[in-house]
Amino acid sequence: MTTFETFADTGRKAVSSRRHKAVSSRRQLRLPSLSRDVLLPYLLPAVLVLVWQTGSSIGWISDRIMPSPAAVLAAFWEAASSGALANDIAVSGARALAGLIVGGSIGFLLGLANGVSKLSEQLTDTTLQMLRTIPHLALIPLVILWFGIGEEAKLFLTSLGVLFPIYLNTYHGVRNVDRDLLEMGRIYGMSGWSLFRKVIFPGALPSIFVGLRYGLGIMWLTLIVSESIAASSGIGHMANNAREFMMTDVVVLALLIYAALGKLADVVARALERRALAWNPVYQK
Amino acid sequence: MVIGPYQHPLAFISTDVADEPPPRDFRISPPKAVALKLHKVEKQFGDNRVLRGIDLDLEPGQFLAIVGKSGCGKSTLLRLLTGLDVPTDGHIGFLDEEGRETASNARIVFQEPRLLPWFDAADNVAAGLGPDVPKPEARRLAEAALGEVQLAEKAREWPAKLSGGQKQRVALARALVSRPGLLALDEPLGALDALTRISMQKLLNRVWRELGCTAVLVTHDVAEAVHLADRVIVLEEGRIKLDLPVPQPHPRRHGDPVLAELEGQLLASILGEA
Ligand SMILES: Nc1ncnc2c1ncn2[C@@H]1O[C@H](COP(=O)(O)OP(=O)(O)O)[C@@H](O)[C@H]1O
Ligand SMILES: [Mg+2]
Repeated sequence: MTTFETFADTGRKAVSSRRHKAVSSRRQLRLPSLSRDVLLPYLLPAVLVLVWQTGSSIGWISDRIMPSPAAVLAAFWEAASSGALANDIAVSGARALAGLIVGGSIGFLLGLANGVSKLSEQLTDTTLQMLRTIPHLALIPLVILWFGIGEEAKLFLTSLGVLFPIYLNTYHGVRNVDRDLLEMGRIYGMSGWSLFRKVIFPGALPSIFVGLRYGLGIMWLTLIVSESIAASSGIGHMANNAREFMMTDVVVLALLIYAALGKLADVVARALERRALAWNPVYQK
Repeated sequence: MVIGPYQHPLAFISTDVADEPPPRDFRISPPKAVALKLHKVEKQFGDNRVLRGIDLDLEPGQFLAIVGKSGCGKSTLLRLLTGLDVPTDGHIGFLDEEGRETASNARIVFQEPRLLPWFDAADNVAAGLGPDVPKPEARRLAEAALGEVQLAEKAREWPAKLSGGQKQRVALARALVSRPGLLALDEPLGALDALTRISMQKLLNRVWRELGCTAVLVTHDVAEAVHLADRVIVLEEGRIKLDLPVPQPHPRRHGDPVLAELEGQLLASILGEA
C-alpha cells in the first residue's frame, strides 16, 4: 500500500475482503439456492397447468372452450412434424424483424437528428408528437385500402408501431446527456463525430435500450393483430385459420408461440443491454 | 507504508512527504510553465458585473490560490484563465519563459470528476491527450499518468467502481497527462471527506512540484489555500481585496504557526473584519 492511498480506501478494502469471505463461505450452498431461485418463478405456472389438465381430464372444462394441455402439446407435435409450424414462425419472425429494422432505424435516426440539431427538432418534433397520439392500429382500414392485404400493409404497421418508442427514447437520451460531460469533451478537443461516438451516443444508450425493449413489445402486438386480420401465412394466420375450423388447440398453441417469441426477443435485448452497458453500476455485480 | 496491528488514524499525517521517493515516469517532455498577465479583466453576465477590473501577474511555476465568499466570481475567473469563457473587457496574456505571448495550454479539474462512465480509468485519462495521439501510445501514456497519481492498478476499472478520491485522482491524471503549462483547479477537493482531502493535498503539492507547471486553485478552504499556494488572493465584489504571499517552503506541515497566522489574516479579510 502506498502513502497516498487514503484511509477511506483501506476501510473499503477491508470491507470488500470481508464481503468476499462471506460470499465464498456461501458458495457451498450456492447450487441448491441457485436452482431454487431459477425454479421458484415457474412453480405457479406449473400448478396452473396441472389444474388445467386435471380440469380437462375430468370434464370440468369443455375442450370446445379450452383444450387440455395434452391436446395443445399434440397440436404442437403435429404442426412441428409437418414443418408447417417452423414455416409459420419463420414468416412471422421475418415480418417482425423487417418492421423492427425499418421502423427502428427511422425512429433512431430521427431521434439522433432531433437530439443533436435544433433545426431538425423544430422541423419535425411537433409533427412526430402529433402522429404519435394516433393509435396506429386504428389505421388498419386505411392501410388495407392503400396496400391491400399484402406484406406492405404489415410492414407499414409494424414499422410505425416500433418507430415512436424508439424515436422518443433516443431523442430523450441524446437531450439528457450530462452537460458537464459534453463540456469536458469539448475541453479535450472532441467535436463532431468523436464527441458523438465518445460522449453523446454512449450517454444516450441506456435510454435507447428502453425504447428498443418497449418497441419490441409493440412490434409483436402489431404483428399479431395485422396477421389475424389479413395474412395467408404466419402465426396469426395459423390461429385465424384454426378458429374457422374450431380447432381451439391450435389457437392456444399460436398464443403460446407468440408469448415464447416475445419472451425470446426480450431476453436477447436484455443480453445486448447488459453487454453494451457493462460500465453502468446497475449491471455490475 | 505498512499498517501494523494498530495505528492511530491520523498517524500518517505527521509522516513527512519529503522523505518519499518521487515516482518518475515522465515520457512526455516536461511542461513549459506559463506566466499569466491579467490587465483590467472584466466579466459581465447581462447586468451582473461579476469581475470588475482584475489586474494580476503570475510567474511561471507559481501556485496561486483564490479564495472568497460563494458567488464572488472565483469560478468565473478560472473559466476565463482556461479559455472556457472570454472576458467582456480587458486582456489575459500567457507568456512563455522568454516573455513572448504563447498558447495557454491550460487544463482544468472541477469539483465533480466528470469522468466518462463508459470508459475505464485509463481511457478517461487518455482522453486528456486530445484526438491526435494514436490509441496505443495514448493508452501507454495514460497508464503512466495513473501511476503518477498512485492509481496504476485501477487502470482497467470503471469509474463507478472507484471511490470519490480515486475518481478525482483519475481526473487529475487526465489533466496532467498532456503536461499543461497551466493547471486550473476549481474546488477539486470540495466533495471529499477530511482525511481523503489531506492525502489529496499532499498529492497535489507533490505533482505540482514535480511537473513545475503554473497552478491556480479555487478553494473555499483557507487552510488548504495557505497549505498549498505560494500566494493567496481574496476576491470580493469582483475585485482583488487582498493579495497575500505565503513564503514558507514546500512541502508544508499541518499546524505550522506561520501558516496559521496567515490563515487568520485571510479569514478576517473574507469575513470583513480587516
Ligand atoms: N454562465 C453564467 N451566466 C450568468 N451568470 C453567471 C454565469 N456564471 C456565473 N454567473 C454568476 O456569476 C457570479 C459568480 O459565480 P461564480 O464565479 O460561479 O462564483 P464562485 O465560484 O465564486 O462561487 C454568480 O452571481 C453567478 O450567478
Ligand atoms: Mg465556484
